[in-house]
Amino acid sequence: MNVELRHIHKHFGAVHANDDITLSIPAGTIQGILGENGAGKSTLMKVLSGFIQADSGEILLDDQPVIIKSPADAIQHGVGMLHQDPLDFPPMRISDNFIIGRGGALFPNHNAIVREIKQLADKFGFSLDPEAYVDSLTVGERQQLEIIRLLWLGARALILDEPTTGISALQKEKLFTTLKLLAEQGKTIIFVSHKLEDVEQLCHRVAVLRAGQLVGETKAPYKIEKLVEMMFGKMITLGKRKSFKPGPVILSLRDVAIEDARLKLSDINLEVHAGEVIGLAGMEGSGQGPFLRACAGLVRPVNGKVIVGDSDLTGKNYHGFKRRGVSFLPAARLEDGLVPGLNLTEHFILAEKPQGLFIDNSWGRKLAEERISAFNIRGMPVSPVESLSGGNQQRALLALLQDPLSLVLLEHPTRGLDIESVIYIWSKLKERCRQGSAIIFISSDLEEILQYSDRVLVFFSGQVSPPLEAEKTSVDQLGYLIGGKGWSDTFASQRSLHA
Amino acid sequence: MLKSKRWINFIFQIAALVLALLFTSLILLAVGAPPLQAYKNILAGAFGSWDSFSNVLVAWVPLLLTTAGLLITFAAGLWNIGVEGQIVLGAIGTTWVLRLLQDSSWPPALILILAILAGMIGGALWAALAGVLKTFGGVNEIFGGLGLDFVATAMTLWLIFGPWKRPGIGSMSGTEPFPEHLWLPQITDFRISAWALGLAIVGMVIVYFLLQGTYFGLKLKAVGKNIKAAFLLGVPTWQYLMLSFILCGMFAGTAGAIQVTAVYHRLIPSISSGYGWLALLVAMLINYQAIWAAPVALFYAALNIGSIRLPIVLKLDSSLSGVLQGMLVLFVLLGEGVRQRLLRRS
Repeated sequence: MNVELRHIHKHFGAVHANDDITLSIPAGTIQGILGENGAGKSTLMKVLSGFIQADSGEILLDDQPVIIKSPADAIQHGVGMLHQDPLDFPPMRISDNFIIGRGGALFPNHNAIVREIKQLADKFGFSLDPEAYVDSLTVGERQQLEIIRLLWLGARALILDEPTTGISALQKEKLFTTLKLLAEQGKTIIFVSHKLEDVEQLCHRVAVLRAGQLVGETKAPYKIEKLVEMMFGKMITLGKRKSFKPGPVILSLRDVAIEDARLKLSDINLEVHAGEVIGLAGMEGSGQGPFLRACAGLVRPVNGKVIVGDSDLTGKNYHGFKRRGVSFLPAARLEDGLVPGLNLTEHFILAEKPQGLFIDNSWGRKLAEERISAFNIRGMPVSPVESLSGGNQQRALLALLQDPLSLVLLEHPTRGLDIESVIYIWSKLKERCRQGSAIIFISSDLEEILQYSDRVLVFFSGQVSPPLEAEKTSVDQLGYLIGGKGWSDTFASQRSLHA
Repeated sequence: MLKSKRWINFIFQIAALVLALLFTSLILLAVGAPPLQAYKNILAGAFGSWDSFSNVLVAWVPLLLTTAGLLITFAAGLWNIGVEGQIVLGAIGTTWVLRLLQDSSWPPALILILAILAGMIGGALWAALAGVLKTFGGVNEIFGGLGLDFVATAMTLWLIFGPWKRPGIGSMSGTEPFPEHLWLPQITDFRISAWALGLAIVGMVIVYFLLQGTYFGLKLKAVGKNIKAAFLLGVPTWQYLMLSFILCGMFAGTAGAIQVTAVYHRLIPSISSGYGWLALLVAMLINYQAIWAAPVALFYAALNIGSIRLPIVLKLDSSLSGVLQGMLVLFVLLGEGVRQRLLRRS
């Protein structure tokens, strides 16, 4: 099926997530869509698959203009999307998952459906038992299930969002073979990824998105440098950075291993010094999140030791870490960090040590006024936190940090903030460093990482790199590394340090 | 701006009251009864004489105590449906201590104090069970509480017809009444006990200040509104959840203890009189604001008592008060939903 997008625009508040995107994909093509986090890939794919509607623009399928209002609409038109996190019903059987997506009879013909599932699975060499329960499957198998389910529903164009995250090498190979086979049959495959290697292996052509715009299209074979440049833009000369003098060790990780449903990080060894800033680079879901939480006691490592200062806190919970001066600020400010429904004053009181049984309201108000002016928060002591803008919520979170702290852990501290807030927040954080705190932060903004970090750890598919000197690293180089390229060259000399 | 908002809230609440009355009137008309007459009778039944008003207070005490307890669990974001069973277990605890000590030579005041304490503990333990199921067993407190409610009722029946049955044969009229010196002293000529009244008012005041002005209350609210953020802010979250269950259970247990020591003077099968469910309605109606608990609970108690004479005078079932009480909550909640929808649009 020929898929054509014309002048697609989509705004989310002030963010122009898709800015006049025009893209045409002929039948039988495997089209790669590349871009860093927040470039607008997912938005574009959600528009095409009916999850959201574009503000303006046109979608043409086989040269016919169509209006896609919902995912069910999309599959009616032959467009199916495979999500990064499978949207299936885990406590049900595979066959039930098939039946749910299809409307029609009151009593579905279960046996016929089981037969059809078997035929489809055999065709692609998938070993799926239609009677198996979905929660017993691996991520890779659930993906296979989704593919045959979408084909069974009549999909002629398949969208895959980061499909190679969390599946084994063997499953990946099978996936690629399947996708190539489907393309030969005239299906259109749209492959969204940030992994340069996957795109290189699989895609006939690639479109690159950056900051909501389509910045370029190329065909195989690719020049990797060109793709990296398109993804991350031209390098901007960085401001002058101050090198830090390492203080005493604040945090040490010894042979730490962390596991979650998707990936496993192992053999992590790291020492973080007072006054140091460590940036964690990598595409979302590459393991930085669990790593940062393990440093805070929010995720329990399956192996190894976490030592803060001179006390071994392995196995302690976050409150144990907090007592040793560790603070964690989550990315989802309003979901995880602040309490909607409570105002700024109540937050500041909560973060302080209780003095007696009753709250002294005039003291609370004074405290709030002080913090609000010290952190330049645009809000009143009685403002509920949910009424603040994102930047002011972030400032409020920073204002809640105790004094003094040994280690501050931040997840996307400046995501979605205007440049003024970014500079302000980093000035506050650097102040902490001068007072002897160490900082570890996650960001998807490579320039931010190189600008503010002393050392950088790169995460890729569950691998953690040895620390890189931020000063000696370029945005391009970092872009390669988080796309999984050039690891052996960069880290060959440092292997011993890592092991 | 803030003032106009308050006015809009007020108008919506009045509208809800009018609509609830209108709907109940329609139902009355449908069964061929004169609505105005019915309302007049309810009013007269509740406030017509000092005697009837003291009956309203008798219902008000356990209702207010239970509402006070529920305000604590609601602040922690918990739906403590098990509160009905917690009243029952309070009554059982009290009955147990009274039975144990009624033949002793201890001073009656001491026995009564111990019995009421036992009621508090009984309610607290039953609530703690729902809390353990929730925090450690992953059982939603609504389901756990509902299950425990049924177990509590069954336990009362078993006690009344089994180990605690009246000499001879057990009956639905309950256990053998306690001697009069083990009754909570009543105000002369009235059914209401000043001690019970005092307990309810003091309890409500404590809860008001607990939620309004203390670190405990603020932390509890933080846990209720966003448990993840509360944890990151250093609040020991599961401990607070457990504590709120236990405190609520203590209040409900006190209500049960008063039902035994001041109202029925024995354990009867329906000892909780449905005050747990009614208190849930009151808490929802006042939008979990402690300041309104006392007047609204009084209003609900008045509806309960006032409707008792409906069957005699108008040949109507007394469950009419339940219809009005339920309607009121539904319309207030509906009004709140509509108001927020309008607010979002504008």
